[in-house]
Amino acid sequence: MVDGKIVIDDVSYAYGGDWILRNVTLHVPPNAVTVFFGPAGGGKTTLLRLINRLNDLVEDTEMSGRILLDGKDIYDRRVNVPNLRRRVGMVFALPLPIPGTIRENVLYGPKLAGMNNPDQLGDILERSLMQAALWDEVKDRLDSPATALSGGQQQRLCIARSLSLEPEVLLLDEPTSGLDPISTRKVEESLYELKQNYTIILVPHSVQQAARVADYAAFFLMGELVEYRPGVDIFVAPRDKRTEDYVTGRFG
Amino acid sequence: MMSQAETSEKPQFIWTEFVIEASIRVLGFSTIGFVLLIFLFLLLEGVPVFWEVPLKNLFGTRWYPNFGYFGTLPLIFGSAFVTLTAIIIALPLGVLTAVFIREVAPEWLREILKPMVEVLAGIPSVVLGFFGMIVIAPLVRVIFNAPTGLTVFSGALVLAYMSLPTIISVAEDALDAVPKSYRDAALAMGATQWQTIWHVVVPAARSGIAMAVMLGMGRAIGETMAVMMVTGNAARMPLDLGSLFMPARTMTATIAAEMGEVARGGIHYHALFGIGIILFLLTFIINLAAALAIFRKQRRGGLR
Repeated sequence: MVDGKIVIDDVSYAYGGDWILRNVTLHVPPNAVTVFFGPAGGGKTTLLRLINRLNDLVEDTEMSGRILLDGKDIYDRRVNVPNLRRRVGMVFALPLPIPGTIRENVLYGPKLAGMNNPDQLGDILERSLMQAALWDEVKDRLDSPATALSGGQQQRLCIARSLSLEPEVLLLDEPTSGLDPISTRKVEESLYELKQNYTIILVPHSVQQAARVADYAAFFLMGELVEYRPGVDIFVAPRDKRTEDYVTGRFG
Repeated sequence: MMSQAETSEKPQFIWTEFVIEASIRVLGFSTIGFVLLIFLFLLLEGVPVFWEVPLKNLFGTRWYPNFGYFGTLPLIFGSAFVTLTAIIIALPLGVLTAVFIREVAPEWLREILKPMVEVLAGIPSVVLGFFGMIVIAPLVRVIFNAPTGLTVFSGALVLAYMSLPTIISVAEDALDAVPKSYRDAALAMGATQWQTIWHVVVPAARSGIAMAVMLGMGRAIGETMAVMMVTGNAARMPLDLGSLFMPARTMTATIAAEMGEVARGGIHYHALFGIGIILFLLTFIINLAAALAIFRKQRRGGLR
């Protein structure tokens, strides 16, 4: 695990003077699902947002350490931030279709990136929706409003929207927290397909989900990385007492 | 006594409570009552003009009350022209200022700008009118080579300035109501900050921004003093774009300027109140449109 797709190197992060992350070091391997889990307030979401620099506009923060993508520091002065965000896609806890149709939602990113060839856009639309396991359900109504979809469909639409840019890394922040079990399962199943081509980091909404999807799992507690190992091991035989207590449901 | 009051089935009648409740109720209803009375007074004094003066005269193009011409069209057009020009100037300025304050400015600057915008709203209109007369009018005369600086355009500039605080603060609230997650979603797609604001935040806030414009318009059309001082007060029909740099006269300025000189109960007196009725209806329609915009927004359940 030395050559991570993403290397988080001794990162600490403070908001308004409170340290949310403390000296986190962690290598995220390519083509696998890495899970950041732990109780609320552990800094998982913050770390996720740091990886595609979504916290840039937040004021009164302090950061130390480095985050490397393919060995290059993403907080380097010369980095083009919109380009970085195209390489590192993100899906949020709440499905957030932007105002407009299904087609407009999926193609928003590519169009912003300056793509306007109709054939190419059509291909992207179909591929993205297929990968997000949504194509069959919406192929006949691509021009109806995105808000008419169910919550589960909207969330898969948001995944398709992120995939439309063919990112190298996909960050998912509790993508199934608002979904029913069937939609959750569809999203989780699509992760198996997606990890063939993408590096995926997921913040799950439960320990059970973490155990279901994780190839690698990192346990965060109060801003500290407690334990980081291949998924099966951490849930079956946690080494740290705190991890064990959390995994077995003694607190949470 | 205490325990009796607590356990008895019927609530005990307490005099002080009754008096306080009653006076609050009377005060509350009196507000509505006063509005109704004002409206009634306006109708009583203004409606007679509609049969004292033939409609053809009343909606004619000449307003010379001393000679029996009571054409209100120049005044209505004058008000509309000044107000619309003011809004065309104030809309981009106001919305972009709101965008700057809410989306771009750092926290400390926002804390300075917001109260300053609110202070703007408190400047007496006569002061702005004076400023318009002394500073803006001569500038307009020189720059546009007009015969006089007291023109529709000068009035619109002053009015735009006056409606800015309303537009800015309402538009800013609308932008503030757009969930942060919308911004995140657009940013995460590789949109720049400006693209995020333009494609996602402003469209999501558009009903609130429409409301801001409506309220700003309501403020502008009812404004009297500054307009009277700056627009030149010639009751002529502003029919072409060139009229932008000619004087015009608004409904409000007419009422204010002539009310002191008319014989109470005369035709001219009734005509001025008739203008008041028209003005009242116009502002009512504008405010109703604003209210409908809010209603629609609520019915859609906010933004989603």
